[in-house]
Amino acid sequence: MPNVLVVEDSPTMRQLIGFAIKRIPGAKIIEATDGVDALKKLASEKIDIILADINMPVMDGLKLVSLVRENPSYKHIPVIMITTEGAEEDRKKALAIGANAYLTKPIQTQELMKLVSSFVSY
Amino acid sequence: MEKEFNISKKADEFLQIFKKGEEFTKNLLKENERLRFKVAQLEEELSKAGDEGRKKLYEERIRALEQEIGSLLERYKQVEEENKDFASRYLEVEAENNNLANLYVASYQLHSTLDFNEVLRIVLEIVINLIGAEKFAIYLMDEKANELLPVATEGIPLNDIPKTKIGEGIIGKVAKEAESYFIEDLGARGSSPSDPLHPVVCIPLKIKEHVIGVISIYALFIQKTAFTNIDYELFNLLAGHAATAIFSSRLYTQSERKLTTIQSFLDLLKEKPRK
Repeated sequence: MPNVLVVEDSPTMRQLIGFAIKRIPGAKIIEATDGVDALKKLASEKIDIILADINMPVMDGLKLVSLVRENPSYKHIPVIMITTEGAEEDRKKALAIGANAYLTKPIQTQELMKLVSSFVSY
Repeated sequence: MEKEFNISKKADEFLQIFKKGEEFTKNLLKENERLRFKVAQLEEELSKAGDEGRKKLYEERIRALEQEIGSLLERYKQVEEENKDFASRYLEVEAENNNLANLYVASYQLHSTLDFNEVLRIVLEIVINLIGAEKFAIYLMDEKANELLPVATEGIPLNDIPKTKIGEGIIGKVAKEAESYFIEDLGARGSSPSDPLHPVVCIPLKIKEHVIGVISIYALFIQKTAFTNIDYELFNLLAGHAATAIFSSRLYTQSERKLTTIQSFLDLLKEKPRK
C-alpha cells in the first residue's frame, strides 16, 4: 500500500500521473503543488515515494530533493524526477543531488508505473 | 499228442498276440515321440510368437507416445504463439489505455473552467506536458482585421511573435484552409533555431469548420524526436476541444464583463435620484 507524493504545479500533469499511479494496487496519491507544499505533506503523512517535477514556483524539484536527502527522517524515500528538461547534464545533476530516477515528459504511464513499482513494495 | 498240439497252438497264438502288443507298443512310442516333438515345436513357436507380440505392442506404444509428444509439441507451439499474441495485444491495449488517459485528461482539463486565461494556461500545459513542445504560440482570429493575433506563448516572448494575415505564410494558410500543417522531416529541423514564421506544427482551432485561431509550434524538447499516434490524436483533440473551450470561455468572460458594466450602470442610475 504505497503512499505516493506527486509534486507538480500543473493540474494536468497531476491528474495524468494520478491515473497511472491509481493502477498500482493499493497506491494512495498525495498531491503537492511545489517543493514547500511537498515538505508540509512529508511532515504530516507517511510517504513511500516522491514523484517531483523540476520547474515549479516557490521551491523547485532539485531544491526539494536536496532537502529531502539532508533530512534523516526522509532521506531514505526514493525520488523520481518527472521533467521537461531532457538534456543529459540536467539528468546527471538531478541524480547527483540524490534523485533515484529521471523521467522526461511527455511521460509513458506504463514506464512510470514500472519505475514506481520497482522502488516500492506492495 | 493232441495235448502237445494244443499247447503248441496256444503258444503260437500267444506269440502272435505278444508280437501285436510289441508292435502296438512300438507304434505308441513312435506316436508319443511325434507328439512330444510337436509339443516342443508348438512351444517354440508360441514363445517366438510372444516376443513378436510384445515387440509389436511396444512399437505401437512408442508410436502412440511419439504421436502424443508430437501433438503436445504442436499444442505447446500454438500456446506459445497465443501467448505472444496476447503479450503484443496487451502492449497494444496498454498503449491505447495510455493514449485514452492522455486524451481524457486533456479534455477534462480543457472543460474544467470558464475563465479565459485559465483555459489558455491549460492549453499551454497540454502542449508542453502531453505533446512535448518547447516553443509555441496560440493565436486567435481578429475577424475585423482579418488577421491572427498571438495571445499566449511558451519559450518565446509574446512580443517576438508577429501578427499574421489570414492566408499569408504557413500560419495564415492553416487558418484559411482549416487544415493542420506538419513539417515533413522533424529530425532535420530538430537542431535549427525556431522561426516564428516557419513552425514545425500548426493546428487550426476550429468549431466545426469555423476557424477561431491556431496553435503554432516552433520547437520541441530535445527528447521529443518524432510524433507518435497519440500526438496526432492530441492535435485533433486540441483542434476541436481547445477551440470550443477558448471560444466559450471568451464569450463567458466578455458577458461577465458586460454584466458587471450593466450592473454598475444600473446601480448608478438607482443612486442618482437620491442625490
